[in-house]
Amino acid sequence: MKKQVFSLGLKAVIVLGLTTLAFTLRAETVFVTLEKDNALAIVDPVKGALIKTINIGQRPRGIAISPDYKHLYVATSDDNTVKIIDAETYKEIGQLPSGDDPETFALNSAGDRLYVSNEDDNLVTVIDIINKKDIAHIKVGVEPEGIAVSSNNQWIISASETTNMIHWIDVKTNKITENTLVDPRPRAASFTADDAQLWVTSEIAGTLMILDVKSKQIIKKIRLDIPGVTADKIQPVGVVIDKEKKWGYVAIGSANRVAVINAQTFEIEKFLLVGQRVWNLAFSPDQKRLYTTNGQSNDISIIDLESHKVVKSIGVGRFPWGLVSKP
Amino acid sequence: MSRVLLKNVFLIFFWSINFSFADDKQVIKIVYISQELKLPSALSNLDPFIQHKGLTGAELAIKENNITGEFTGQKYEIKKVLVPISADIVELYQQQVGKDVVFVVTNLPATQLKKLVKLGSSKGKLFFDATTVDDALRNEQCLDNVFHLLPSRAMRADALAQYMMKKRWSKWFLVTGPSQADRDYASAIKRAAGRFGIKIIVDKQWTHTYDARRTAQSDVPVFTQEDEYDVLVVADERGLFGEYFDYRTWMPRPVIGTQGLVATSWHRTHEQWGAVQIQNRFKEQAGRWMEEEDYGAYLAVRSLGEASVRTKSNKMQIIKDYFLGNEFALQGYKGKPLSFRAWNGQLRQPVLLAAAKSLVSVAPIEGFLHPKSELDTLGFDQSESSCNNASIKNNTILPIEIKDEKSENELDRLIKQAKDKIKQFIDNLK
Repeated sequence: MKKQVFSLGLKAVIVLGLTTLAFTLRAETVFVTLEKDNALAIVDPVKGALIKTINIGQRPRGIAISPDYKHLYVATSDDNTVKIIDAETYKEIGQLPSGDDPETFALNSAGDRLYVSNEDDNLVTVIDIINKKDIAHIKVGVEPEGIAVSSNNQWIISASETTNMIHWIDVKTNKITENTLVDPRPRAASFTADDAQLWVTSEIAGTLMILDVKSKQIIKKIRLDIPGVTADKIQPVGVVIDKEKKWGYVAIGSANRVAVINAQTFEIEKFLLVGQRVWNLAFSPDQKRLYTTNGQSNDISIIDLESHKVVKSIGVGRFPWGLVSKP
Repeated sequence: MSRVLLKNVFLIFFWSINFSFADDKQVIKIVYISQELKLPSALSNLDPFIQHKGLTGAELAIKENNITGEFTGQKYEIKKVLVPISADIVELYQQQVGKDVVFVVTNLPATQLKKLVKLGSSKGKLFFDATTVDDALRNEQCLDNVFHLLPSRAMRADALAQYMMKKRWSKWFLVTGPSQADRDYASAIKRAAGRFGIKIIVDKQWTHTYDARRTAQSDVPVFTQEDEYDVLVVADERGLFGEYFDYRTWMPRPVIGTQGLVATSWHRTHEQWGAVQIQNRFKEQAGRWMEEEDYGAYLAVRSLGEASVRTKSNKMQIIKDYFLGNEFALQGYKGKPLSFRAWNGQLRQPVLLAAAKSLVSVAPIEGFLHPKSELDTLGFDQSESSCNNASIKNNTILPIEIKDEKSENELDRLIKQAKDKIKQFIDNLK
């Protein structure tokens, strides 16, 4: 089996080499949760093909990978659990007590804590991964969704969609210490690699907000207006920033585009047309490519980050929700 | 730890917070007022009678506002005034609603709403009409300081018409019931037909009985034996006979309107854009599905929550200005930000097109374009509305402060003059 994959990978490299796409020789795997197919799609992004689809549980949504790339964590919302999947064999090796209806979660940089948003109960559940135990429940605003942990392991932030706030939770005490009121229906949030800023999207106001982590204040608000697209279609969701803090990327839902934002000047560089209702984003491990899940067109798009061009879209299955990649 | 136990722990936790901070919180007082109505008897026992439609929605929103209030130092209090069927609403309102309350959520028919808004003691209060659908209230009879949460009949009819145009089912057979509400619904349907190029082939009044045995089996086939048409549109707001048409028409034709495929602001089949979350929260609280009236009252209280959190205020004028400004964007679980139309106080919103167990589509339908917001392809757009609400208008169009009635009349005169001139100009162009 492995041999076969390898030879396919080799063929792909030759093909791609001919089309002068600057992909590296290294193999890479992208895992995509398929909300409606109750499955996980496994994609070879170098070859640009869907390798296989495995059944995983009811309504899989949030997904993360351990820092050593050995374990996948997948929230199977209707099973009320987060499953641990071996990233090599794709076998389920355990479950985590996520609380009801887990959708999004964040993994800390050490890989030993998982923070889960429990949307229906207005809670953030803290899970000790090694002991597979829930160790704290933090009361937050109505409908918590976006969640992130700073890489210095100081802050957990939870975005509540109806309360319209970013709650700043101290990692040491698991208590909220501050709250920042943001634009309506904040969806996703990401820390910059240096932990100096938090980038937050507002689905309803159509904005990207840059928060200063020290002051917890919004220092910049960017309206993601697209010429020729009416304002009510501008529904930003996923947001990621590269390690060098050079570029940030925002998935703009029903506008079917990804905004490329200069992370230094906060200017919008351009909009890239991807699939329909683009939802979540993930970098390749080397950050040379960006992957998007397109919920309505049932595919993922691959963006080459050197040229900022969409180079390929790959059909994966119904309602692709989240994705991660591993070398 | 079990979920129930956990919840109780937090409830206690919350109470203690409430208690300790109660003094220095900004309090936002709301009155919810409704009156019992005389309802026609139900067609069947399929749907249980629902008490407190509307109130439960307001209560859910208060709960949510107060969770946010924990973080913003605000507290939302609701006083319920439930008027018995035989009581005088004006009398009770004047007894129960004091000067200290400026925000009033109403679950009342248009006639009662108008009575309350026009009272001297209502001056300085902001009304949230959570339940009416009357087009007149959004046009020639529009009221000062009233915001309408549910889509008007015109918005509903336009939503249906857009979807029918997409399907190219453009020949309609309209059946209108005997009540004024039915006639108003039928007028909205006719307006929509005119706007979207739909032909009403047959236009008939329902004059038969409401008896299932007789009406459904024998009257409907005969009644519908008419010229060729695509869909049958029924205008029966009280639900007395509309359900009898499906499967019984002379020709095999789908039914839309007040029965069959309905246009509504909320429906139990709706679960996109986070709607499943609020459906679950509501069911957990009420033990039943969320109805349109609940959604209207929910949005009323939530919009006040949103505006008061953003402005940090509980003052009527500040809240009203915020509603009418460009910043206000309410999350209503329909995928688009909701906002108020400055010209008549109507909440802009997508309209759901639902069959009994399936959400068929959501209007505005793709392809119906508008220079400002596609949501304004539904209902009376700014240029079409005859709402002469100077105090609402002057907030957005004319930055003139009006201090007395005299200058208000003067402004009306100027607006009329300007309108006439524009009309003249257009006529000349023709």
